[in-house]
Amino acid sequence: MENVRNNPAENVDDKPLIIADTIFNNRFFLGTGKFKSKQELETCIKKTGIEIVTVALRRIDLERHEENILEYIPHSVKLLVNTSGARNAEEAIRIARISKEAGYGNWVKIEIMNDSKYLLPDNNETIKATEILSKEGFVVLPYMFPDLYAARELVKAGAATVMPLGSFIGSNQGLKAEEFIKVLINEIDLPIIVDAGIGSPSQAAYAMEIGADAVLVNTAIATASDPVSIARAFSLAVEAGRLAYLGKLPKEKNKGNASSPLSGFLYE
Amino acid sequence: MLTIKEIKNILLNSDRLLTEKLAGEAKSITEQFFGRTISLYTPIYLSNYCSSHCTYCGFNSHNKIKRIKLSLEEMRREMEKVSATGIEHILLLTGESYEATPLEYLKAAVNAAKEYFSVISLEVHPMETAEYRELFSSGVDGITIYQETYDSIRYKEVHLSGKKSDYNFRLNAPERAAAAGMRYITLGILLGLSDAAEDLLELFRHLEYMEKTYPGVEYSLSFPRLRNIKGKEFARSDIDDITLFKIICLARINFPRVGINLSTRENQNMRDNLLGIGVTRMSAGSNTSVGGYDINPANSQEPQFDIKDSRSAEAIMALLKAKGFDPILTDWRSINRQQ
Repeated sequence: MENVRNNPAENVDDKPLIIADTIFNNRFFLGTGKFKSKQELETCIKKTGIEIVTVALRRIDLERHEENILEYIPHSVKLLVNTSGARNAEEAIRIARISKEAGYGNWVKIEIMNDSKYLLPDNNETIKATEILSKEGFVVLPYMFPDLYAARELVKAGAATVMPLGSFIGSNQGLKAEEFIKVLINEIDLPIIVDAGIGSPSQAAYAMEIGADAVLVNTAIATASDPVSIARAFSLAVEAGRLAYLGKLPKEKNKGNASSPLSGFLYE
Repeated sequence: MLTIKEIKNILLNSDRLLTEKLAGEAKSITEQFFGRTISLYTPIYLSNYCSSHCTYCGFNSHNKIKRIKLSLEEMRREMEKVSATGIEHILLLTGESYEATPLEYLKAAVNAAKEYFSVISLEVHPMETAEYRELFSSGVDGITIYQETYDSIRYKEVHLSGKKSDYNFRLNAPERAAAAGMRYITLGILLGLSDAAEDLLELFRHLEYMEKTYPGVEYSLSFPRLRNIKGKEFARSDIDDITLFKIICLARINFPRVGINLSTRENQNMRDNLLGIGVTRMSAGSNTSVGGYDINPANSQEPQFDIKDSRSAEAIMALLKAKGFDPILTDWRSINRQQ
């Protein structure tokens, strides 16, 4: 089956996701690492109607000696080069510039990690890189630890979105940082894209239910036995979560609503 | 961190189910953090001159072997040959001779390698921080340096003379390389040289210390097994396949994100079966003789160790794909070089 998605905007009163004047109807973003073959990655993209993928510049063979990963990404899909491997702002900036010079456009996902054990993003360095690259005309999507102050600085620095981690990258732990992501959803006016740790379609749906604007998934799909099925499941889940958010899902209740034990006496 | 008793209990345990359990755990962690990918690299031996006397090594200064050091022109021929196989990560090696292969020689080699490869690692004599810094600025991304054994008494017994006999200078080399900005550091022990469990624990401690002190470095581990050179017996113990398998599982379980290398010292069967269990990086199409790819392909000289898996890089890539792994050739490009 080809693209099975329906645009929620067609069904309910929704606006498409807009990042730097580019419209995205699919709010499910895909990371491209860890796949067992590039053909499988390509099938995942085609079968789910994905509109944007992120690729590490470190994995692109600029000289094209090998089968180049970019040959497996349809031209219609927005390419978001990321700075994986950068340990500080300076390295991230250099990677972004190399990417632009190589012809991969001016969109960049900033990933700065100076810790190979936990792979947590360094917010301070990310803010610095975002500021400089935004001034240079890059559309910057920064991956960050969900900290309100850092998110505000990213807004000031010119970020196009904010991409908080849901939990440790590659961990499949889901939204461990839920409460802090909710703060960003409430307080930051840029699109909030939950970027790391999402391990199942239900977790992705939940991220969307609470108001995330998009979800980026990689490991849970790339390392699944059947990545194509799982990618489709994620795509549907993101859509379902978006519809639930738009429909203003009623809050969960512990028990049946009895009377009004605290204020009821006033009306007796 | 495991205790020495726990490591010994695992390594000496003959229960097959325990081995299977370790393998299952290691495989699942490897899949989670590395997916179904294996990075490939190839070594190029630049020189077998050595001023150290390490009893177990074919290159040691007391061995009467033909000494060769590649000229710049010869290196380029070797590099061109390896590059043609599609390999992008090169490991340049020398014997440990500060006189024959000084910093300037290494820098010249790195400058040549930049024309052919996107990632350059060195496995050479340990150096001072300033020298590592010069190499890093020249375009070196990674340093491989094995302590061989962490048992300082045994270390003295097998490293009889030369700079390599300085245990502490070698022990602190990874830290100096990290301080110099190196992106990749590979640590290792030469299995069989001393007590494997004791060495494994000390290697883990060393890695743990490095991770805390220099968290930005990407670390890898290697577990070469001592192979006999010219029929001489230097091993204290024979590390069998089951023990090596368990060691790799333990490394993966205790250090989920650390790279684990497997060289062509291991035979096809071990290499093929260790795929996905813990190993994330393999050498391919290796020749461990100086000039072995193009200059002296007829094996007119002694290799550093015997290769047990002689498949070409192309054959390894095909095997990986057939087994459902994506061979990763490009995993970094030195951004220092772009300045």
